[in-house]
Amino acid sequence: MSKSITIDGNTVPFEEGQTIMEAATAAGVYIPHLCHHLEFAPHGSCKLCNVKVNGRVCSACTFPAMEGQEVLNNTQELTDDRQKITQMLFVEGNHFCPSCEKTGNCQLQAVAYHLNMLDDHYPLFFPTRKVDASHAEVMIDHNRCIFCTLCVRASQQKDGKDVFAISGRGLKKHLIVNAQSGLLKDTDIEATDQAAHICPTGAILIKHTAYQVPIGERIYDHKQIDQVSLEKEHDQHGK
Amino acid sequence: MYQHLETAKNTENLKRIVVDPVSRVEGHGKVTLLLDADNKVQQARLHIVEFRGFERFIQGRPYWELPVLVQRLCGICPVSHHLAAAKAIDQLVGIDPENLPVSADKLRRLLHFGQVFQSHALHFFHLSSPDLLFGFESDISKRSIVAVLGAYPDLGVQGVKMRKYGQEVIRMVSGKRIHGTCAIPGGVNKSLTKAERDYLLEDIDQMIEWSAASVALIKKVHCSNLPYYDDFATIRSNYLGLTKPDGALELYHGGIRAKNANGGTIIDHVDYCKYNDYIHEEVRSWTYMKFPYLLSLGRENGWYRVGPLARVNNCDYINTPLAEAARVEFKAHSNEAMVHSTLAFHWARLIETLHCAESIKTLLNDPDIMGHDLVAQGEKRYEGVGVIEAPRGTLFHHYQVDENDIVTKANLIVSTTSNNMAMNESVRQVAAEYLSGQELTEPLLNNLEVAIRAYDPCLSCATHAMGKMPLQLELIDEEGNLIDKLVKHSSGQIERPSHG
Ligand code: SF4
Ligand code: FES
Repeated sequence: MSKSITIDGNTVPFEEGQTIMEAATAAGVYIPHLCHHLEFAPHGSCKLCNVKVNGRVCSACTFPAMEGQEVLNNTQELTDDRQKITQMLFVEGNHFCPSCEKTGNCQLQAVAYHLNMLDDHYPLFFPTRKVDASHAEVMIDHNRCIFCTLCVRASQQKDGKDVFAISGRGLKKHLIVNAQSGLLKDTDIEATDQAAHICPTGAILIKHTAYQVPIGERIYDHKQIDQVSLEKEHDQHGK
Repeated sequence: MYQHLETAKNTENLKRIVVDPVSRVEGHGKVTLLLDADNKVQQARLHIVEFRGFERFIQGRPYWELPVLVQRLCGICPVSHHLAAAKAIDQLVGIDPENLPVSADKLRRLLHFGQVFQSHALHFFHLSSPDLLFGFESDISKRSIVAVLGAYPDLGVQGVKMRKYGQEVIRMVSGKRIHGTCAIPGGVNKSLTKAERDYLLEDIDQMIEWSAASVALIKKVHCSNLPYYDDFATIRSNYLGLTKPDGALELYHGGIRAKNANGGTIIDHVDYCKYNDYIHEEVRSWTYMKFPYLLSLGRENGWYRVGPLARVNNCDYINTPLAEAARVEFKAHSNEAMVHSTLAFHWARLIETLHCAESIKTLLNDPDIMGHDLVAQGEKRYEGVGVIEAPRGTLFHHYQVDENDIVTKANLIVSTTSNNMAMNESVRQVAAEYLSGQELTEPLLNNLEVAIRAYDPCLSCATHAMGKMPLQLELIDEEGNLIDKLVKHSSGQIERPSHG
């Protein structure tokens, strides 16, 4: 007999070695997330995937599934917490969705809609952050980085390069690139790298492609992030 | 003309009247009057009290964001800003207007006709019809669209539906009623499907009919009070705007033409990329808004008017039949080469509304708007200028970018800025001819607002709820004591708070 846990009272089978996130996704249960990506080792930094396991709050993306776990996911309390976390992500950076070219295709925006976030709630930090447009094809708008490290992981694990890293701590935390000059143009990144396409926000962008997809055809125009996420990740996790 | 009233010789012992904010205009402005002991006007100014610094804000951003970013300048004519910026960034990717794919050009034009149509309908029906239908000094409770809906229900409903139609055109082309996306460097991001086209075709004949009826209405209103309408707030000025190469009315793309008060040509078919060689802007200490003028005529005489009155005056003809017939009547009503009546802005605006409706129909029947060749690409350039005829007049966007595609410099001349001197002159004309020497009452002061409103100014390009603008009027004596005060609340309710 296969092993199982329960999520919100429903039985969910798992295989040895799977995280709660992986087991949930394979069973078609959406747990909100931003720094988790099925192709990479978990990082556990955004905390959006907080669930309650036998009464204790854990990150579903890092916590292994184990026999006997009673997991709470879709509760008002957790949704409220996740909403607060998302609001903090918004006020920490400069996220102006109305003029951002990622709008409609942005996971941060989509998750905020999904959690019914209606305002920033917290005072905006308005940090001073730069745009690095030095590279001919790829650019970084540091205003929108949420330090999920997906670009770091993609560059190392998929592209076989080491273009990105996170430096500093707390409020001084920032994304750096692997070049003496500190500029993207002096790294070996290419527009075809997975690292150039993986950013869940509008921080890493392919230049000269903005707004080419009309309203109505963008990823989240007709589907919420839970649906998109499960359609994309469900099969892979199920295998 | 009335420039002597811009600055009083001696401001001591003058009473100060403030109309703040001017209501039923877009954005925040105020009028101040200085009166002597006999209530004679000694100084009159329209001030712009908001400053957004948009030009600084867009520096440091990649240029392809511009058409979407600049839409936030204005809640009423975002599409005009979107397209003016798009025309400028076309040049940054090496595409001049003649190289834009035909479908992209036509879709942008369709979008812009939708914008002008909805903006003009909004202005006439929601903002100005109360003054025009009930009189400038009518009771303040009557001066709103609600009162119009009560007294002229059909007309009110037409206004609402025409505005909605314009918004639907915008939504079909750009994906959203407001702040959509359409233009991208060198083209547009989608064309219309047949279903979208057919949907818009359904109501277009009705729109043309209503537009024609509104032209007939404004003509009747204007001509039945002819001496008054031709004199009120009227100033003789130069006029500037774009025209087609053959001199026809143009709203999307053309050369700059300027004519003087007698109809003589000052400049014609000027490439707008060289606007800097012809137009300069002067800064004055008492207002945030600059004063543009034609270089060849100098600061004193080089100011000009833009917008519907300028365009209909300047063009040789209009290329749609009903609007052209209306233009001929319009010109014939005056015995001068140019129509200078400030209130004729309304008439000209509705002629353009009719032209937009006719042009939308023509474009909807053109298969190119369903085409698939939508984007062109050329050699990168470092500077781009986009000029368009926005609902309120000629709109200039000028950008410079660096080798990394980042905006380093931006200059915008918005339509209302071009009308700055003219609006001030009209305010002074009304102050001198209609108010001076009289005991001031709120209805009398509405005359100042009527004069400003004719220009349909967008004072800060900020959005405000229609008809909800609070108005405050203070009468202050020479010692600076408040002697009277009238307050109109956002609910429309008026009170004279006790003071002391
Ligand atoms: S740039 Fe994007 S992918 Fe990289 S750490 Fe920041 S948010 Fe994550
Ligand atoms: S998805 Fe688990 S912490 Fe980010």
